[in-house]
Amino acid sequence: MTAEAGLVALWLAAALAAMQLALAALAVQRRDELLSAAVRPVAIVQGLLAVLAMAMLIRVFLLSDMSVALVVANSHSAKPWLYKFAGAWGNHEGSMLLWVTILGVAGAAVAWLERRVDERTLTATLGAQAAIALGFYAFLLFASNPFARLANPPLDGQGLNPLLQDPGLAFHPPTLYAGYVGLSVAFSFAVGALVTRDVGPAFARAMRPWVLAAWVFLTIGITAGSYWAYYELGWGGWWFWDPVENASLMPWLAATALLHSVSVLATRDGLRAWTVMLAVVAFSMSMLGTFLVRSGILTSVHAFAVDPERGTFILILLAIYIGGALTLFATRIGLVRAGNTFKLVSREGSLVANNLLLSVILGIVLIGTFYPIVAGAMGTQLSVGPPFFEKAAGPIALVLVVIMAAGPLLRWRRDSAAALVKRMTWPIAVTAVSAVALVVLAGWFGLLPMVGLALAAGLAVASVVPLFGRNLRRTPMFVYGMVLAHLGIAVSLAGMAASTAFTKETLVAKGIGEAASVGPYRVTLRGIRPVVGDNWSALEARLEVQRGERASGLLTPQSRFFSNPPTTTSESAILTALDGQLYTVLGQPDGQGRWQIRLWWKPWVTLIWFGGLLIALGGALSILGHWLRDRRQKRRAHDAAEAAAYHEAWGA
Amino acid sequence: MRRWLLWLPLVLFALVVVFAVRELRKPSDRTVYSAMVGKPVPDFTLPPILSGRPGLSAADLKVGQPRLLNIFASWCVPCIAEAPQLMKLKAMGIPIDAVAIRDSEPAIAQFLKRHGDPYARIGDDRDSRVQLSLGSSGVPETFVIDGRGIIVKQHVGDIRDEDVAALADAWRNAR
Repeated sequence: MTAEAGLVALWLAAALAAMQLALAALAVQRRDELLSAAVRPVAIVQGLLAVLAMAMLIRVFLLSDMSVALVVANSHSAKPWLYKFAGAWGNHEGSMLLWVTILGVAGAAVAWLERRVDERTLTATLGAQAAIALGFYAFLLFASNPFARLANPPLDGQGLNPLLQDPGLAFHPPTLYAGYVGLSVAFSFAVGALVTRDVGPAFARAMRPWVLAAWVFLTIGITAGSYWAYYELGWGGWWFWDPVENASLMPWLAATALLHSVSVLATRDGLRAWTVMLAVVAFSMSMLGTFLVRSGILTSVHAFAVDPERGTFILILLAIYIGGALTLFATRIGLVRAGNTFKLVSREGSLVANNLLLSVILGIVLIGTFYPIVAGAMGTQLSVGPPFFEKAAGPIALVLVVIMAAGPLLRWRRDSAAALVKRMTWPIAVTAVSAVALVVLAGWFGLLPMVGLALAAGLAVASVVPLFGRNLRRTPMFVYGMVLAHLGIAVSLAGMAASTAFTKETLVAKGIGEAASVGPYRVTLRGIRPVVGDNWSALEARLEVQRGERASGLLTPQSRFFSNPPTTTSESAILTALDGQLYTVLGQPDGQGRWQIRLWWKPWVTLIWFGGLLIALGGALSILGHWLRDRRQKRRAHDAAEAAAYHEAWGA
Repeated sequence: MRRWLLWLPLVLFALVVVFAVRELRKPSDRTVYSAMVGKPVPDFTLPPILSGRPGLSAADLKVGQPRLLNIFASWCVPCIAEAPQLMKLKAMGIPIDAVAIRDSEPAIAQFLKRHGDPYARIGDDRDSRVQLSLGSSGVPETFVIDGRGIIVKQHVGDIRDEDVAALADAWRNAR
């Protein structure tokens, strides 16, 4: 019954989405306020039904109902409950259902909470949301029904890809989807504003929390995904420029550009057309990423179940939404009144530079990701690897860091270069001193990492300079958000540069009792023993770790064998110290009593993910800050209106 | 802004879509085309892994007669799966040499006793160095090498029943 209830909820939600689209289209066209008022409740109920469908799917997975095809293909009754729960979206159908669920919830939230934009624009926005949702409902119901039953249910399921059986990864897809959906809301606002030609500060303020939230989720998703790849794949790297990783990086880059341009539009009413364009691009990138990953036209180390038919479906949706939005843009944006202008040296100027550089990096990643397919179509097999991305995007990213340091210290509208340099005294001094100190202390270790470390130091200082001379208690929360996010970039950059420059790696074959050294550590193999888990068995090495004279503990990397489906994975064991990580992987035996052990010493590598968390936290503070300020302004306006009414009624 | 510029994003996007449609309509081809095909076997000399049997060097592959070179290991399950197919190829009169990857003498002896021994020579590649220089990254892989020591075909993965004919043809054409 549960599966059928879920399917019914899904059909009803789809019907409501169709109704929402029709109502919104009529309301906008006829300027009918009555019809318009009906759109909000429909959106809310549609969101609730989507949540109900998702809840039913989770229930089916928790109960291990082996008559449902999806459960059979992706779950196993012996699996720990967390992975049964996460198994609900650890597959194509379930993840698409999760997508529309989050989309439905977001649409409901817009319908329920948003009061700032013009009612007609909001109706058009909800109409665009319904159009997106409708496409995905059709996709689910016609091409990938998650609730399909089997006529002859087997006794047990086939299990979940063991690489994905990891707590971090259970929450990786929901996080990324929340990010993608946030971008879809921004996209809907852009479409709504294009329909009514109402692009201005109110529109930007309504869109901003969604862009910020999307950006926070994408930041967390990428950070977590990077850490997962780092410790789970056992390769010791934290970013591989793999198509799937690029697919998540491209929307993040676009969202980063968008959140900066949206703040220019909200504060200064500038960059109107550009902001709308970026909102379209950001969502296109998330759809394009999904398409690339799911259609299988790109092969990746992240083995997704690929299916050209599904790829076709996503491509059709992509063509309709993005093609439609771009057509709307081309025909409508000329009719939108031009926004305010500004001088080159100004806060706006630096934000435009930020946007242009981010767009260039986005272009590089896009070309690098697509080039192998284009070359493949011309008959050459090749892959574009880290050297291309690092050489092409690295220097631009460093220029971006300089602009990031300077931007917050510039005034809006116009400023003087001399004043900027004066405000930048400390950051420039710190950058120069750390560059010299690094070369003196550590010797020459490559231009890019050296410049990266020095700039990270300078940016760290520059990011807190906007707080100098301010009353810290009266400083708005969103300024702290910006400071924290920029500081996070500095921290992350320092981690990347330091671990790139100073990582030590060694591959040894050692017998029991023998020791090897890497970085400041000495690692002794004490024994190998078999261990068993819920649905795997493994060989586990016991590595005794010493730093100088002090014992630092025991590490137990494993070579794990999963029985359902049969797969071997390397479980790395990591020792985290204040100044970096010791990363160990157990390899193959050599048949003569020795074992291959791979050891890495990665100084400061943890800063990469710590910085990522700071960035996300900064984004969250910014959302909170804008919300608090909106509320305060609303209360003030309310109080003023009340005072005026009192004044009018009773005289002075 | 010029009016036509506004249409540029749409045009670019349309190009991407057209391209993606073309790619999707093509049947997917997962074959790895080796960069080594058409190139001579790199120079190497490997000691024998079994005492009393010959080792393998690049010179052994340039003796005027085309040969198969099988990269395998006793610890590799797909290598067991392809063993009967290798025996079939041997029965067709095709000489087969091998490189054993990260293996030991007792394990190899055991493997050949259990699954058959189609090999003329077996080189001992303890640290995969020769395997990597051949452009092979996994086991099993099989190369077809002509009489002058030039690689004419690289087969990645186990040899299935349906692959036997193609490999035999490649060997015949290499003469």
